[in-house]
Amino acid sequence: MLRWENINHRFGLTDVLEDINITVEKGRVLSLVGPSGCGKSTLLNIAADLLEPTEGVITNTFERLAIVFQDHRLLPWRRAIDNIAYGLKARGINRDSRHETARRLGHRMGLDDEDLTKFPHELSGGMRQRVSLARALAIDPDLLLLDEPFTALDVGLRRDLQDLVISLINEHGLSGVFVTHDLSEAVRLSDEIVVLAPDPGRIVYRQQIALPSTRRDETYVFRAVGELMQVPAVDAAFRIDEKAA
Amino acid sequence: MIKQYLKDSAAYIWSGWGAASALLLFTALWEFGHQIYGSLILPSPIETMQALGGLYDEGIVVPAALITAKRAMIGFFVAAGVGSILGIAAGLSMTAARAMRPIITVMLGIPPITWIVLALMWFGMGGGSAVFTVVVTTLPITFAGAMMGTHTLDQGLRDMARTYGTPFGMMLWDVHLPHVLSYLFPTWVSGLGMAWKITVMGELLSTTDGIGGEMALTRISMDTAGTLALLVCVLGMLMAVEYLLLEPIRRKMEPWRSQSGQGNFNTPKGF
Repeated sequence: MLRWENINHRFGLTDVLEDINITVEKGRVLSLVGPSGCGKSTLLNIAADLLEPTEGVITNTFERLAIVFQDHRLLPWRRAIDNIAYGLKARGINRDSRHETARRLGHRMGLDDEDLTKFPHELSGGMRQRVSLARALAIDPDLLLLDEPFTALDVGLRRDLQDLVISLINEHGLSGVFVTHDLSEAVRLSDEIVVLAPDPGRIVYRQQIALPSTRRDETYVFRAVGELMQVPAVDAAFRIDEKAA
Repeated sequence: MIKQYLKDSAAYIWSGWGAASALLLFTALWEFGHQIYGSLILPSPIETMQALGGLYDEGIVVPAALITAKRAMIGFFVAAGVGSILGIAAGLSMTAARAMRPIITVMLGIPPITWIVLALMWFGMGGGSAVFTVVVTTLPITFAGAMMGTHTLDQGLRDMARTYGTPFGMMLWDVHLPHVLSYLFPTWVSGLGMAWKITVMGELLSTTDGIGGEMALTRISMDTAGTLALLVCVLGMLMAVEYLLLEPIRRKMEPWRSQSGQGNFNTPKGF
C-alpha cells in the first residue's frame, strides 16, 4: 500500500499541494489527472522519495518501486541493453545474468538484438521510452510509477505503449500510479482516477472504474471520458488549463 | 561489434584523404607565395624540406624535437592532471564554482609571454621556465572544463540513479564520469595544442636547446628555411599526437555522441 496522508507542499512561498490524501492498495492502478501545474509530478516525486513534503506523511509498504519518467532519462553513454540493466547493476547482479534479463525484457518490449546495441541517440522517441519502461521492469518492482511517460509520443505510438503497459501490469501483477493530463489515457489504464486542480494542487474529484482494463474498448473510453467531463469540478479543473494555454 | 569497429576505423582512415587534400592545397598556396616573394622571405616547401633534411643529417632536429616533446608533455600532464582534479572538486561546490570563475577569467586573460618573463625572473634560464609556463597557461583551461563538466551534471539523471539505489562507485563511474569526460576531453585537446606552442615560445626565450632554442639560432643567422623546417617539425608532432593518439581515444571513449558531419547511417527504425 502507498499512502499520501495530509500532504502539503510549498516551493518557496508558492503552495503547490494542499491537503492531499490518496491511498493505492496492492494490485490497483491509480491515475493522477489534471492540467499542468497541479502538482501531479510533485506527488510522484514525494512517493519516490526524491522530495520531502513540507507537511504530511508518506507510507509505502511496497518492496520495490520503479519510475518511468516523462523524459526517458537514459544514460546517453550507455547502450540500450546496459540502460535496461542499469537497476540490476546497481543491485550488484553480474553482467551475464543482467544482460540476459535485459535482452529478454527488451524483446518483450519489441526491441530486437540490434536495437539493444544502440545508444539512446540512435533510437526513436518511442523506442527510448520502451527502453525506459524495460529498465523499470527489470528490477522486478511491485509498484510502478509512471510520470506522463507517453506525452511526447504521437497518438498511434501512445496507444501501442498503453496496451503494452496494461498487459505488463497484468502479467507482473503490479500496482501502479500513473500521472497524466490525458483523461482518456487515465480511463484506459487505471482502476481509480483522482482529478487534481492547480493553484494550489488539490483533489477535486475521484472515480473508481470497475470494468477490468483489458475489457475497456474505444467506445467505453469515449463514453467514460464524456461522463467525467460532465462533472462540474472536472470540467472546471481542465478549463483553468485552457485559460492558461 | 567488431565489424562495426573495423568499419569505423576504415572510415576514419579514409577521412584522411580530405585532410590530405586540404594540406596539399595549403602547400600549393605556400609555393605560390614563395614565387612572389622569393626564398629569403618565404622559402618554397621543397627548400624547407631540404633544410629539414639538413637539420636531420646534422643530428639536430631529432634530439631537439625530443627535448621539446618532453617539456610539452610534462607541462601538459601536470596541468591536465592537477587542473582536472581541482576542477572536479570545485564543480562539486556551488560556492567554489562561483568564487573560481573570476579567477579563471583573470588567469586565462594573462598573456603567456608575461608568464615567461616572470618565469625567467623566478627560475632563471633553462627548460624549467618553459615547463612552468606551459603549466600555468594550460591549467586554467582544464580546470574550467572540469568545473563546468561537474557543475552541469544532469539533475534528472541523478534522480533516476537515486530511485534505483545506485551505489557511490557506480554513480561516479556510470553517471558522472562520462559526462565530465565529455567536457574534459576537448579541453585536454586544446590544452595539448597550447602546450606545444608555449613550449616552443618559452624555449626560444629561455633555452638554447629544444626546437625553440634551435629557432633562436636560425633567427640569428636569418635562416628562414631553417625556421620553417623547425615549424614543420613541431606541426608534424602536434598532428601526430592529436590524430594518432587523442582522436582515436576520443572515438573509443565517446561513441555515444552523434558524429555530425560524417553522416549517421544508423537511422532509427520506425514502428
